[in-house]
Amino acid sequence: MSNKSFFVTALMLGCMGGTAAQAETLKYAFQGTLNQLDPYSLNETFTLGALGNAYEGLTRRGADLQIEPALAERWEVIEPNRWRFYLRQGVKFHNGNDFTAEDVAFSAERVRAEGSDLGTRINAEATVEIVDDYTVDFVLPGPNPILHYEWDTWYIMDKDWTEANDAVSVTSASDTTPNYAALNANGTGPFKIASHEPGVKTVYEKFDGWWDTATHNLDGVEFTPIGSDATRVAALLSGELDMVYPIPVQDVKRVNDNAGTQALTGPELRTIFLGMDQMRDELLYSDVKGKNPFKDVRVRKAFYQSIDIEAIKAKVMRDLSTPAALMISPFLYARAGEFERYPYDPDAAKALLAEAGYPDGFTVSMDCPNDRYVNDEAICQAVAAMLARVGVTVDLVAQPKAKYFAKVLASGGYDTSFYLLGWTPGSFDSWNILENLIQCRDEAGKGGAFNLGGYCNADVDALKDQILVENDPEKRDALIAQAYTIANDEVSHIPLHQQGLAWGVADGVELAQRADNQFVFRFVTKN
Amino acid sequence: MRRLLQAMIVMLVVALLAFTLFRFVGDPINQMVGIETSIEEREALRERLGLNDPIPVQFARFIQSAVQFDFGTSYQFRQPVSDLFLKRIPATLELSFASAVFALVVGIPMGIYAGLNRESWVSKVFLSVSLVGISLPTFFIGILLIFFFSVNLQWLPSFGRGEVVEIGSWWTTGFLTASGLKALILPSITLGLYQMTLIMRLIRAEMLEVIRTDYIKFARARGLPDRLVHFRHALKNTLVPVITITGLQLGAIIAFATITETVFQWPGMGLMFLQAVQNVDIPIMSAYLLLTAFLFVSINFVVDILYFLIDPRLRIERA
Repeated sequence: MSNKSFFVTALMLGCMGGTAAQAETLKYAFQGTLNQLDPYSLNETFTLGALGNAYEGLTRRGADLQIEPALAERWEVIEPNRWRFYLRQGVKFHNGNDFTAEDVAFSAERVRAEGSDLGTRINAEATVEIVDDYTVDFVLPGPNPILHYEWDTWYIMDKDWTEANDAVSVTSASDTTPNYAALNANGTGPFKIASHEPGVKTVYEKFDGWWDTATHNLDGVEFTPIGSDATRVAALLSGELDMVYPIPVQDVKRVNDNAGTQALTGPELRTIFLGMDQMRDELLYSDVKGKNPFKDVRVRKAFYQSIDIEAIKAKVMRDLSTPAALMISPFLYARAGEFERYPYDPDAAKALLAEAGYPDGFTVSMDCPNDRYVNDEAICQAVAAMLARVGVTVDLVAQPKAKYFAKVLASGGYDTSFYLLGWTPGSFDSWNILENLIQCRDEAGKGGAFNLGGYCNADVDALKDQILVENDPEKRDALIAQAYTIANDEVSHIPLHQQGLAWGVADGVELAQRADNQFVFRFVTKN
Repeated sequence: MRRLLQAMIVMLVVALLAFTLFRFVGDPINQMVGIETSIEEREALRERLGLNDPIPVQFARFIQSAVQFDFGTSYQFRQPVSDLFLKRIPATLELSFASAVFALVVGIPMGIYAGLNRESWVSKVFLSVSLVGISLPTFFIGILLIFFFSVNLQWLPSFGRGEVVEIGSWWTTGFLTASGLKALILPSITLGLYQMTLIMRLIRAEMLEVIRTDYIKFARARGLPDRLVHFRHALKNTLVPVITITGLQLGAIIAFATITETVFQWPGMGLMFLQAVQNVDIPIMSAYLLLTAFLFVSINFVVDILYFLIDPRLRIERA
């Protein structure tokens, strides 16, 4: 059941009889809150996904995550450094204003302004040139084949509206007065935000002036955050809500057994992996003194081979995971199929440890979040038990995400020896992985800021720079393959799996489960 | 005057304690930005928020704005904390009120009955049931109720406040709509169960005590009907401690609605506080702790004053 194809997952649009006739309100819940409505304030999947029903970018992504034209009808690279976007005409914002090139230029400035969390959407040195009302040029400091990859979540705001409401500066937590854009939205998308009570309820209304033909049949949508897993599942089972997510993996069966609801499962894009401190000369948390065992590739490989990923999948994840050989989801890299995991082999692991000079293993502490990823703490416990079998004693330090990230990230001085982390490349592209997770870094975090273990190989970094500017897709994929091969051979990290998505859906509701875990209303029909 | 000074000191100590605790809940910056945000930007934000200043400076700044009822801007919602609290207070107060009413209306008759009819099996059932009320954790009771009344019977909603009606500029009430009233039932029972048990047991014990006293015996000897003896003479005398306890418990209900609000996704202050803890939203956390401390301090203050007014002996001693 979990092996449903990525592209399908319950995408049956429209055509279920009179779509226009019925007036339907969809009620759904998510575990987290929609804190505020400013589209540049927080670079986080749920927030951007929820806002993406009201705001739109120049591009958008379909049910299978393919890039589609949205506010831009088409675009072309007219010179290596100059991209031209032809804007859609006749598009109106929710307040009735026309969408023009002015708005694009304005949004490009605002998204890069101080306080914006989405500053990386456009290179700081890029300039925006308005050719005419419906044509915009982006002039880049260098070639960038993936310029528009993240533009589906760079939402275009109305210049006049933003200026009139004194909301030009991005909503920031250091503000002393509330920002208008934090409580109100004015996009071009298929739904208007009718009311927003932070942390309580957000109500959407259908926007009749939407430029595209609506394939959904919703009149409105009501969103409630429900933090407690048990309550969220109960609200679906009792029929109060049409859709809730996520469903805890242990409740998937219950939702399926209940008449009137079903659990929709599929792979997510996020890769969960383990990392090891390969930078310090002595580990912070280990009984090995005077040297760092993780500097030895044999030790790293021994760790890799002592992990029984199939057991984690079956026991911890209840089959809702896909074991990974790479640091990126196979959906995001065409040649992912060429890579394979090192086989699970405790005997080989023991031999490698002995060869490296640790025949009796050693002790190391492991940092782990306990409220961030699906069953994160349980995964760490399983890893600790598996490492114990090859003689390595793991002291597990599992903490809430707020404390965990404060410790292991740059702000905490990379205070870890062995850790579990998850990563989804925001651009859906391998360069993001190489840049953030695999690139060398210094002690302060310059370079690969989220390469917590500090793995470093100059060849990989050189490849990364080539990948950034290579416009030919095939050559680019070959370069990526080279970089991954080196990292894989040197066991830069230990990829574990892509965790599964589990959404609870009431019968009669058809929707598209996107692998990036965004819930997009325009794919929904309710009968 | 001395009391007032003491109250101020308590508030200051709570503020200081709360402030110290925040050093250990984690890094707020990580909760405020997406994971790909660069280290430089994180540092800049930290600087702008004043999180790099020495702790005494941060504390002084906090106290200075707190006395003007300015608790800063929430890290998560980017809204002034005082506005957020104003919107959440009605939900918590209505829930607390409903649970207090539930505890009194159910607890008092049960207590009287159990006190008067010690040996009846109904009393024994009351007592055993109340034991459950005291020993089961709140969230578990809440989930049991949801499972039974929402999922299985589908009578009552499992989350939220239902339809609310706005009164005035900021108060919202669920008392005026059918769905609002329905939504109140399960959370009020969950929250009030403990207090109900407490009141019932208290009344029962007091009743047993009072029934044995001489004046009740005399009342009976005078040939007064049972009804008068029980309700006019006995019950009245049991109510004094009950009123004290109820007053104090009201503070507890409001302050500890946190768990119930979380289980039922009740949009009150407690839910907001718990979310704030998860996300290291320091302005909300500190405001909530101060508010709770203020509530307790003022209730105690009022109770003290009341004693002083009611009991003439206290006044004489002072003079």
